[in-house]
Amino acid sequence: MELGRRIGLKLGLSTREAFGRALAELGEEVPNIVVIDGDVNNSTRTEHFAKRFPERFFNFGIAESNMVGVAGGMAACGKIPVVASFACFLMCNAFDQLRMSVAYPRMNVKLVGSHAGISIGQDGPSQMGVEDVALACALGGFVVIVPADEVETREAVRAAIYHNGPVYIRVGRPEVPIVYTDGCNFTIGKANKLRDGRDVTLIANGIMVAAALEAAHLLEQDGISARVLDMHTVKPIDAYAIEEAARDTGAIVVAEEHFAYGGLGSVVAMAAAERYPVPIGFVNLGDTYSRSGDPDDLLRYYGLTADNIAETAKRTIGRKR
Amino acid sequence: MAVAPALGIEQLREKARLIRKHIIVMTTLAGSGHPTTALSMVEVVVALYFGGILRYDPSNPYWEDRDRFILSKGHGCPALYAVLAEAGYFPVEQLKTLRQLGSPLEGHPNMRALPGIEASTGSLGQGLSIGLGHALAARLDGRDYHVFTMVGDGECDEGQVWEAAMAAKHFKVDNLTCIVDHNKYQQTGCVFDVMDYRPFADKWRAFGWHVQEIDGHDLEQVLSALRLAKSKPIKGTPTVIIAHTIKGKGVSFLEHRSDMHGRAIKIDEAKRALEELGWSWEGELD
Ligand SMILES: Cc1ncc(C[n+]2csc(CCOP(=O)(O)OP(=O)(O)O)c2C)c(N)n1
Ligand SMILES: [Mg+2]
Repeated sequence: MELGRRIGLKLGLSTREAFGRALAELGEEVPNIVVIDGDVNNSTRTEHFAKRFPERFFNFGIAESNMVGVAGGMAACGKIPVVASFACFLMCNAFDQLRMSVAYPRMNVKLVGSHAGISIGQDGPSQMGVEDVALACALGGFVVIVPADEVETREAVRAAIYHNGPVYIRVGRPEVPIVYTDGCNFTIGKANKLRDGRDVTLIANGIMVAAALEAAHLLEQDGISARVLDMHTVKPIDAYAIEEAARDTGAIVVAEEHFAYGGLGSVVAMAAAERYPVPIGFVNLGDTYSRSGDPDDLLRYYGLTADNIAETAKRTIGRKR
Repeated sequence: MAVAPALGIEQLREKARLIRKHIIVMTTLAGSGHPTTALSMVEVVVALYFGGILRYDPSNPYWEDRDRFILSKGHGCPALYAVLAEAGYFPVEQLKTLRQLGSPLEGHPNMRALPGIEASTGSLGQGLSIGLGHALAARLDGRDYHVFTMVGDGECDEGQVWEAAMAAKHFKVDNLTCIVDHNKYQQTGCVFDVMDYRPFADKWRAFGWHVQEIDGHDLEQVLSALRLAKSKPIKGTPTVIIAHTIKGKGVSFLEHRSDMHGRAIKIDEAKRALEELGWSWEGELD
């Protein structure tokens, strides 16, 4: 992964691997955790939990809607089910079950969608979760988290397990740069300010956090001072951090590895519109499915790069009144 | 053009050997993909396209009266791409662009990118329903085409497969055939260890389907099963062909392997694989 390399960020684990390891550790501490997977344990990395706690691990085969329904039932009996599959299959295949067996009855179920975004690469659009955040946000009462790196993923998984209520966590396939080299203070719903700035605020989550940091560096070379917010929680959104960013910097760019409609960009724009409207630029996957290809090629092709964030920032700053 | 001229059994065997070569070369060069998934389905697709079963015309891929082949287990697409290329849908050289940005040969089939692909698949469980849609449309339009859908045996975990099975019988659809590539493995292990749905053939019978069980690598059995299915042996009844196959078939060190799902092999392994298949690898893998 090229993102973040120019500013010296080191590659760490994939966020799916970090999730799998964190879950296995938490299994010791929280005996109520049960894990449900759909024939992709070696992809989602729930295999780590399965090895340590085989009696609390269930492989339901390729049957996502059944998995989510079963999780709802187990949660009703006091278990903390963690359901994992590819983000697209979990959210899209089981959406009604998520709605009726989890969201509406407010069940304490954790959903983890892996292989999110286009950075899965060669397997192509059918395996890419690019609508998952919008779908998860649409579910009443859901918490939606998109961690940036292995450090934050570990904290996010812990926070999700200790949160009482449905949570969706989005993780990815490739190894990603470590953003939190000095550890990570993680609170659900509270953005992390990774860098302060005056002229524009770059708001990102997932792998785009590394890209935003790189973009801030590029902007600095052009004399533009950019704040960077890691908006790991899309819902509930940190409206205060957005208002503050709007007041202090007067322009916002939102970068995410997701379709344009209903993701982080939409949610940030809603908060800004209500509290302190400023020009906002968007870097995302637009409204069309991508293609198969090398992950870095795809990210470049679709403009999910530091350069494009920096360009978008300049254009957005130009729209300030 | 009506039916592509049917090849004799020896020529079909030779075609199967050629398709296996393409699969190894394409996925190795791509560096990713599902070669073992593709290798188990070779005889079935070879029989469909070159054994005089499917009515198709590569120069007119959207011909309304064509028979349909819908690959529900979309991750097996290297086998289908290889067959479509050999059938003349696109140049064989293009196979080497598999999974590259801009290539119509995506990691999973994209019907909007590649003529000859009947459905965009890759999320398992959906192809039989899509096939049923084509089959019902044929009835509405008074057309006599036949629809073949291939599903994986792991894919049969999905409830939608059985919803489609139930509906096909209910609507008395007999121009629909489901082929199960029963290679006994899915992603994380043997299908019966992951989700034991046995008795499998009886389940299809209970859903009202006509069932044929065959050795899916024996071209004669494959051909006669496909011919019988297409002849609509029982009026108002869809047919399922349970093709017993070997995941990774044709390459000794890939056969029956539970840990090779979704993994491409390295260049040196590919050389060995091609040698085993009786091909020279000289100039193939660069
Ligand atoms: C809905 C859905 N869930 C999970 C996957 C991930 N996946 C891809 S292939 C596969 C195993 C398929 O096994 P099988 O149907 O037996 O096909 P085979 O490769 O053995 O031919 C899985 C779980 C998927 N593609 N779609
Ligand atoms: Mg199988």
